[in-house]
Amino acid sequence: MSGNSVPGQGGAPQRTSEALPPRSKLAITASRVTAAISRRAGKGSGSVIGGKLALRLAPDLLAQLSVGLQVVLISGTNGKTTTTRLVAEAMRAAGPVVSNALGANMPAGITSALAGAGNEARYGVIEVDEKYLAGVARDSDPVAIALLNLSRDQLDRAAETRMLAEKWREGLSGRDAIVVANADDPLIVWAASSSKDVLWVAAGQTWQEDSWSCPQCGGVMQRPGDDWFCSQCDFRRPSPTWSLAGDRMVDPDGRVWPLHLQLPGRANRANAVTAAAIASLFGVPVEAALERMKHVTAVAGRYDVVDYMGRKLRLLLAKNPAGWVETFSLIDPPPTPVILSVNALDADGKDTSWIWDVDFTQLAGRPLFVLGQRRLDLAVRLEVAGLQFQVFETLAQAVAASPPGQIEVIANYTAFQQLRKTIKEAAQA
Amino acid sequence: MIGESRLRLVWIYPDLLSTYGDQGNALIVERRALMRGIEVERVDVRSDQPVPTSGDIYLIGGGEDRPQRLAAERLRRDPGLATAVGAGAALLAVCAGYQIIGNEFIDDLDQSEAGLGLLDVRSGRGAPGKRCVGEVLAEVDPALGLPVLSGFENHQGVTHVGPGAKPLARVTHGNGNGTGDGTEGAYAGRVIGTYMHGPVMSRNPALADLLLTWATGVPLTPLGDHWHEQLRSERLRTVRAAASN
Repeated sequence: MSGNSVPGQGGAPQRTSEALPPRSKLAITASRVTAAISRRAGKGSGSVIGGKLALRLAPDLLAQLSVGLQVVLISGTNGKTTTTRLVAEAMRAAGPVVSNALGANMPAGITSALAGAGNEARYGVIEVDEKYLAGVARDSDPVAIALLNLSRDQLDRAAETRMLAEKWREGLSGRDAIVVANADDPLIVWAASSSKDVLWVAAGQTWQEDSWSCPQCGGVMQRPGDDWFCSQCDFRRPSPTWSLAGDRMVDPDGRVWPLHLQLPGRANRANAVTAAAIASLFGVPVEAALERMKHVTAVAGRYDVVDYMGRKLRLLLAKNPAGWVETFSLIDPPPTPVILSVNALDADGKDTSWIWDVDFTQLAGRPLFVLGQRRLDLAVRLEVAGLQFQVFETLAQAVAASPPGQIEVIANYTAFQQLRKTIKEAAQA
Repeated sequence: MIGESRLRLVWIYPDLLSTYGDQGNALIVERRALMRGIEVERVDVRSDQPVPTSGDIYLIGGGEDRPQRLAAERLRRDPGLATAVGAGAALLAVCAGYQIIGNEFIDDLDQSEAGLGLLDVRSGRGAPGKRCVGEVLAEVDPALGLPVLSGFENHQGVTHVGPGAKPLARVTHGNGNGTGDGTEGAYAGRVIGTYMHGPVMSRNPALADLLLTWATGVPLTPLGDHWHEQLRSERLRTVRAAASN
């Protein structure tokens, strides 16, 4: 593999909004005003509505805002927001960073984040929704693109998982960016296979149910230990340059680093390895990257430990089978109680079939409480898994029924937002 | 068969056709048998393994377009399922699996593929952008004695039921076979095809019991089914309310 290096290190043109065409400046001003109005009206951060307006006024705004920034894009089904945060923290060792830290990851939200950056920003660390990666990569001319993982997620409204891998492969073909890709996920390896310069990271893959057939020829995948290869063609796991090995990270020089993160779980250790690999492309030493990542505790409310009704609740977001499986592996052991909440609103996907892909028997031996708009789907699922559980309508009821000690709360997207709101309102009351 | 009292439940190709929680149907059949004291041997058949001929109940799930084509290619070369069905085994096929067990379907390359010919249906593809996605309610053919079915569909198929099969149900909500005539699924003998997942048995445990009755040949003792019934009534109520708005 050729040494991955970033062109133009230190020589990037000074970024200044003075250089933008008048129409773009107007678009940015309009978007800031709209966002401020939206915030005042209590409708979230306003970044998406502001960004939408700006893109309508100046469709090439994203490209213009990227000029003078060294851009890193981060995409995948799970871990995007956390990895973006870790990369942003690590890259601050090299210079000022602008990032869409709150997870507004479609073109409007990204545009809004970049428009809000000061002139001093040197790096843009951008989370991108999977469906928009090819387009954002075209517009923002990134130096590096991180591909984390691909698995089934909201199939009633999203593209098929394999189709997504194929679109990435076509969209990234011929780009100059260094692709930092997970060598343990066959769909990611396929997506990265059209790129000229790939830095492989052994970031692991706990959920394997979407990659049993070879994306190249359709053959059945063989998976002995950590390795994988197609039984019918030459498609196989590439040799990684960076690796997660248990609790430690191995860098390209073979040096082994303990990962002392405050963020819990295997998946976050994998995210940290990817983040260290990206930061190193920009000259950030491993020590500095790890030191900075160590201070990240919660990301957009995820992993936050909050007080509620005199109890400690740890809030965990899990949106799809791969996410639930990773989450089960990081929670405190029994008898710590677990509250589960599942909704099926637009942002969650309206089909709850995926809960049958999750192995809930891993939750045996502890009190389980079920909430959410689709609590009855979850109740049937847990009953068929042979588990004991109680169903409640409100968080307060579930917490009141929980035995003493910390409680793990696992919820999918809108259920998570609703629980945060409930807890915040209780704290203010 | 290992013992005469043991029910063999065969789940075909979870590596290719298990995209919509299809494992759920296997888990539900298994559990409902065990609760009646029927021992179950579950066999998950990966797509590079032969389909056993001695199963009592076979399940095939849904999948993405390319895995569907791969599954059909491999099943066409494997006589196991046809042998078992010919000998009276029960079969439930969902979505992509439903298309595969028919006479013909259109694959991801827009080409016509031969199905397994186990159910007299033919599947084409609806217009691009006209995917059938959402909740389904359907009244089952009275001959089967099942209550209204509730499920979730997500497909682009248009499936015509031939003279050798009957529609499984008629939709009161949703699209079903996508032909515009209100039919959903098809059945003939002990072979059932449907577009409904959810998975279908989580909301319709009576369907699992129908397969178990066919396989065991004896009436089943009723089960409590508190949560299944709660879920069913919530789904029926919610979907009907949304439809009347």
